[in-house]
Amino acid sequence: MRASLKRLFRKIGEINHRYREPRIAMSRGVKASLLFLRIYLLFLVCLMVYKFILLLN
Amino acid sequence: MNFFSKLYYKLRKMWKVIQLYLVIAGPGIVVMVADNDAGGITTYAATGAKYGYHLIWFLLLLIPVAYYVQEMTVRLGAVTKRGLAEAIFDGFGATWGWFSLVDLMLVNWLTLVTEFIGMTAALHIFGVPPWLTVTGVVLLMAIIVLNGRYWTWEKIALLFCALNLIYIPGAFMIHPSVSDILKDGLIPNFPGGFNGQLFFFLMANIGTTIAPWMLFFQQSAVVDKGMQEKDIPWGKFDTLLGSALTVVVAIFIVIVTGTTLSGTDIESAGQAAEHLMQTDRYVGTFMAIGLFDAGLLGAICISLASSWAFGEIFGWAHSLNQNIKQAPWFYASYFFALITSGLVVLIPGAPLVLITLFVQVIAVTLLPAALVFLILLLNDRPTMGDYRNSGWQNLIGGFIVAAIIVLSSLYGISVMFPNLFQ
Repeated sequence: MRASLKRLFRKIGEINHRYREPRIAMSRGVKASLLFLRIYLLFLVCLMVYKFILLLN
Repeated sequence: MNFFSKLYYKLRKMWKVIQLYLVIAGPGIVVMVADNDAGGITTYAATGAKYGYHLIWFLLLLIPVAYYVQEMTVRLGAVTKRGLAEAIFDGFGATWGWFSLVDLMLVNWLTLVTEFIGMTAALHIFGVPPWLTVTGVVLLMAIIVLNGRYWTWEKIALLFCALNLIYIPGAFMIHPSVSDILKDGLIPNFPGGFNGQLFFFLMANIGTTIAPWMLFFQQSAVVDKGMQEKDIPWGKFDTLLGSALTVVVAIFIVIVTGTTLSGTDIESAGQAAEHLMQTDRYVGTFMAIGLFDAGLLGAICISLASSWAFGEIFGWAHSLNQNIKQAPWFYASYFFALITSGLVVLIPGAPLVLITLFVQVIAVTLLPAALVFLILLLNDRPTMGDYRNSGWQNLIGGFIVAAIIVLSSLYGISVMFPNLFQ
């Protein structure tokens, strides 16, 4: 079990290393799109947390 | 004589074109028809029951929406020979890649649960217990994928796609008024005015038309099928045909429930089938068979979308052309997702309604990201070359993607806060 987990984490490390740098050129449009996505996801996470708090109450 | 020889030559040429298409046909039709999954059938059945034929025009608008989004995956897959998960990792780095992969796994697993809910509900109408449905479906899907050939899998999937057309004879059996369909359905209108409830239904129909797994599935299927750049026009045609077919099926479902259950509040397709059984036994049976087939087709595609994505990233062998010995992890992840999601349905008191709602919420965290990545990747000149998006494609695709993001997000939010659009 421990060996399998070790292998898995090593594999994840390899994947992280392989895809460390984005290959797509970071033009202004790409940067703006990714920034939009970050804000959008943050907004959704906040909504979910708010809903979770409402459910708890 | 000259006329007959010309006619013979033309027919021969046409037959060759059809034969060529039949070789390429598959991913587009399968993904689009599978889009009419258990959740989709429920949405269309509820739309018809609530608004009759009045929203058919809106469903027709979904043909170009589905086509423009999905044809991008054909081009990206045929040119890069990579699935969307791998393309995101490669293009945007590991952080965005992991986000997409983990989110895809989660939303696919939850959607699989909803497919099992639909299938068990459909066969329950015929007195089949849920455990037997789950066991039978898992065994059937094992037989379908373990033959070691993508071609065979695809042709079996196409057979199930053909069964999805069962709603068409079902609609004819209830003798709907064609003039009413044309009068009410084809002229854009908002029955009862544009209110919150109608807006919810419009969002739900958009939400079921494009799901995150479809983008990942079709691109991986294009790669596994071995489509080349020269096959792109056929792949596009396949996608267009699939888009039209899925909307036609949706329209016939709306006609069935719009004719027989008009003005009724329907919460699930299983409930619609039970209601229809009381009105017309055969149509109710068709509805139930169609719901089972939709769930099965959805489950076939969704579990594969996850396994393909995992295989691409972890570097495992991940093709249906490989047998279980050659691609053990590919099949292990496939059956793990399938069996665990099936088992959830069998747990007494499992929060199935909550899971069904949760799918919509999780889907809106992945869909916009996947669509934005898709557009950006399609504009990557070094990779896509002549197959990158043109200005017009960016304009149309961008508009459609923006509309899907806004509407599907509002749909997800309205699921979280049901009173928002009331």
